[in-house]
Amino acid sequence: MRKPQPFPHAVAIVGVGMSKFGAFPDKSSRDLFVEAFRELRATVDKGFDPAVIESLYLGNFSSDLFEGQGHMAPIMADAVGLCPVPAMRLEDACASGGVALRQGVLAVASGMQDVVLVGGAERMTKLPTAQVTDTLGAAADTLFEIPAGFTFPGFYAAIATAYMHRYGMTPEHLMNVAIKNHENGALNPKAQFGVTIPDWMQGRIAAAVKKGKPAPTWRDQWDFLHDNAANPMVAWPLRLFDCSPVTDGAACVLLVSGERAREFTDNPVYIIGAGQASDAALHDRADLTTLSAARGAAAQAYEQAGVRASDIRIAEVHDCFTIAEIIASEDLGFFAPGTGYRAAEDGMTARDGARPINTSGGLKSKGHPVGASGVGQAIEVFKQMRGEAGARQVAGDVPLAVTHNVGATGSTCVVHVYERR
Amino acid sequence: MSIPRNWRTRQQRYSLKAEVCNACGNTIFPPRDVCPHCAEQKQSWTNLSGRGEIYSFTTMYSAPAGFEEYAPYTMALVKLAEGPMITAQLTDVDTEDVKIGMPVEMVTRKLSQDGDEGQILYGYKFRPMLRQVA
Ligand SMILES: [Zn+2]
Repeated sequence: MRKPQPFPHAVAIVGVGMSKFGAFPDKSSRDLFVEAFRELRATVDKGFDPAVIESLYLGNFSSDLFEGQGHMAPIMADAVGLCPVPAMRLEDACASGGVALRQGVLAVASGMQDVVLVGGAERMTKLPTAQVTDTLGAAADTLFEIPAGFTFPGFYAAIATAYMHRYGMTPEHLMNVAIKNHENGALNPKAQFGVTIPDWMQGRIAAAVKKGKPAPTWRDQWDFLHDNAANPMVAWPLRLFDCSPVTDGAACVLLVSGERAREFTDNPVYIIGAGQASDAALHDRADLTTLSAARGAAAQAYEQAGVRASDIRIAEVHDCFTIAEIIASEDLGFFAPGTGYRAAEDGMTARDGARPINTSGGLKSKGHPVGASGVGQAIEVFKQMRGEAGARQVAGDVPLAVTHNVGATGSTCVVHVYERR
Repeated sequence: MSIPRNWRTRQQRYSLKAEVCNACGNTIFPPRDVCPHCAEQKQSWTNLSGRGEIYSFTTMYSAPAGFEEYAPYTMALVKLAEGPMITAQLTDVDTEDVKIGMPVEMVTRKLSQDGDEGQILYGYKFRPMLRQVA
């Protein structure tokens, strides 16, 4: 394979917009995408005319199954007034958003386009949970994995079991990830579950009291997380609070060539590396404790950017399940294989730690509208690097950051490196 | 699963019919036209022994549609003696007794049912090895 090359043309993010993430029975994915685009339009520092946009790259996993609507890209382009520019939908399961971002980056980096809109959208909560499970299952092998009785929580649970067996991690270690991400998400006004786990617990107690039922007597959040009624087992060793939710949401970013970035803002965030790799179904892998596609994508992105893992200040990673964040923190090279769970336990990935991960709340707390998630990660990094993350802003400069977006169990992985100059 | 897909994959689900790559010698399951190890297209048919050991597993408490009657049940990735890894439900075992490395063997069972009137899917599950084969 050809060595990753630096981009021929610099690529900058100059504006971002995101809908609230959550469950919105009265909104379609179009409504959510318009909400995201309106925020982008209103917040580009120097303003901009949407007529300069040359293309739309849209991440979306399955509007066909979730909403009965295919051919989503031109519909979204029309919804935000972009016709007749070319619009295309990118589908790589839960990595669709990150893959759309990479396609937009390649278009600008090549010099073929100067201004592109990258979006992501998914409307998932309309379907009953059983059908959501089936729809997401379509991202796995539907001939030999799904008919055997697996689900995505099941796949990641089997990954967790293999990891625990090799490295001595316990299910309690996974809870550290959920606790941290809910703490971060509580500071994110766009998050679906923007509450800490202790606050969640107090809410449950208050609700019981209000209904005249006996109030639960959890000692603390650990006690709550071990309660099979409050935090039921989904697929051992994963419980409900190890899983990201089903979410409606949309996100978009405006990518422009480096030469034109200052027309839009004096504070652009540059994308300097964009790696992507593929892998076989879970049963065809030699090792379940790492995602080789994530390692491959990270190696490409770092080499292209001319940086090392140790240079990276913050990361948004694909925590569809708590175990996925632990493995991501190792695959990105932050921690040695088998030590990511200890790093999480020691607070190294907390907002005030050495290597903050998922300051947005991650997919776990912010929500996981699958096609939008990869774009949402870029938005958090943009805000953190510009010092605009509000109550969840990390201390000090953020010169380099990374996003890591995964499709299925790692059959697709996309990694981007961001630089503040 | 649709009836045509059921039919097309029946030899794999009933008898673990697999392939051996004539170029690199690896055993391939499920069968495919291009070898995932060496990208050659020269395979011959083979039947797997149905014996292997558990590589990893999970116990499913939240069952997908069609599998509710089995919950909780244990899903495993089974490393077969011939090399390939296979995705299967375990049967005839208490979930607490399942361990990584446990020897298992294939049995044919009902996998799922598509509603009360729908198609019943049969195929392989794995159970703890009953007897050691010399
Ligand atoms: Zn071969």
